[in-house]
Amino acid sequence: MFAVLRCMMKRDLILAVRRMSDVLTTLFFFIIVVSLFPLGIGPEVEILRMIAPGVVWVAAILASMLALGRLFEGDYRDGTLEQMLLAPQPLSVLVLGKVLAHWAVSGLPLVLMAPLLGLQFGMTAEGLGVLLVSLVLGTPAISLIGAVGAALTLGVRGGGVLVSLLVLPLYIPVLIFGAGAVEASVTGLGAEAHLSLLGAILALALCFAPWATAAALRISLD
Amino acid sequence: MLEAVDLAAVRGDRRLFAGLGFSLLEGELLHVHGVNGSGKTTLLRMLCGLVVPEEGRILWEGKDIRSEREAYLRNLVYLGHLGALKGDLTGVENLRITETLAGEAVTEDQAMAALQDVGLHGHEDLPVRVLSQGQRRRVALARLALSQAGLWILDEPFTALDKASVAALRARLENHLKQGGMVILTTHQEIDIDTALVKQVALG
Repeated sequence: MFAVLRCMMKRDLILAVRRMSDVLTTLFFFIIVVSLFPLGIGPEVEILRMIAPGVVWVAAILASMLALGRLFEGDYRDGTLEQMLLAPQPLSVLVLGKVLAHWAVSGLPLVLMAPLLGLQFGMTAEGLGVLLVSLVLGTPAISLIGAVGAALTLGVRGGGVLVSLLVLPLYIPVLIFGAGAVEASVTGLGAEAHLSLLGAILALALCFAPWATAAALRISLD
Repeated sequence: MLEAVDLAAVRGDRRLFAGLGFSLLEGELLHVHGVNGSGKTTLLRMLCGLVVPEEGRILWEGKDIRSEREAYLRNLVYLGHLGALKGDLTGVENLRITETLAGEAVTEDQAMAALQDVGLHGHEDLPVRVLSQGQRRRVALARLALSQAGLWILDEPFTALDKASVAALRARLENHLKQGGMVILTTHQEIDIDTALVKQVALG
């Protein structure tokens, strides 16, 4: 079972490396959206510091939406998805492998870039640390939840817009606790409660999302 | 033994076929006939378990394929009309990944040998997207040389193949049947395999 998981992850990572442009578009979208805010709002440090966590988090969510369309689309078109459904191992394991690889190429670069972008907003070192941790916990959950939406809208005309309408409301808890964690630590309340809840969301998503995605894929390919 | 009992398929509002039944024994080939759009591909995907039948059951060794999913899929190779190949991966990588997912990992040498077997000597390290249609089809067919599965379900396996490859594939099918394997295929070509082994199903 782990051999299949590893094989799936390795395959998608190799494919991502051979198509570097896809990875870079997501990352640059994130960087540009975040950078537009200080330019638009002006240099008042107090305001920037206040909006920073929310801006970074919303930009991360939008950037991952951008990458979501690619999660199953290619495999659906060339028939490899059909072969995945015919693998004797549980489909949810294959899906988990795909989502983890997807996070590594579309979520992880955002996480690593976020502290650098936070500097533009004059965030404190402590705030940047909490932002990083909240993104590490939150972005995999976003990928996992998004996979369910991507699988449901597979092969549907205008699926890109539909998946945003379907999935963005589900991201609200992640956004609230993610951005809230940074705010809580800055105001001195401590971020532990928010981060624990983010962790809980991630754990729940890890348990249920691959299974729901697998079911959605079966329906889409029937 | 693979048995289909009273199968019916509906696509949209259209009833493609109903009351379809057959049984296939070891060493037999089932040739599915029918005009375009008569439901050949739907029937094949149904036999793989990808499409849920509207009515009827599919039995493998007397048990429903949905309750025996894992054992059934381990014994099955399905080649659809999409090649199921990743354009950015080489032939060898494609074969190794597909086989690992199918639960029978192969070494690089084995995959290489299988590709040479279908006449793709010297093309093993090229990304599949630069190959011609016929060559891509041959990469997909190379799986048949690697797989240990008894049941082959092939959707139009002869399309885009040149004469020599058609003959080679026919020989491979015959050999598989002789060893007690089963084949289900659709094709618009004449296949001159010993008629005693061939069963026919006509749709539409």
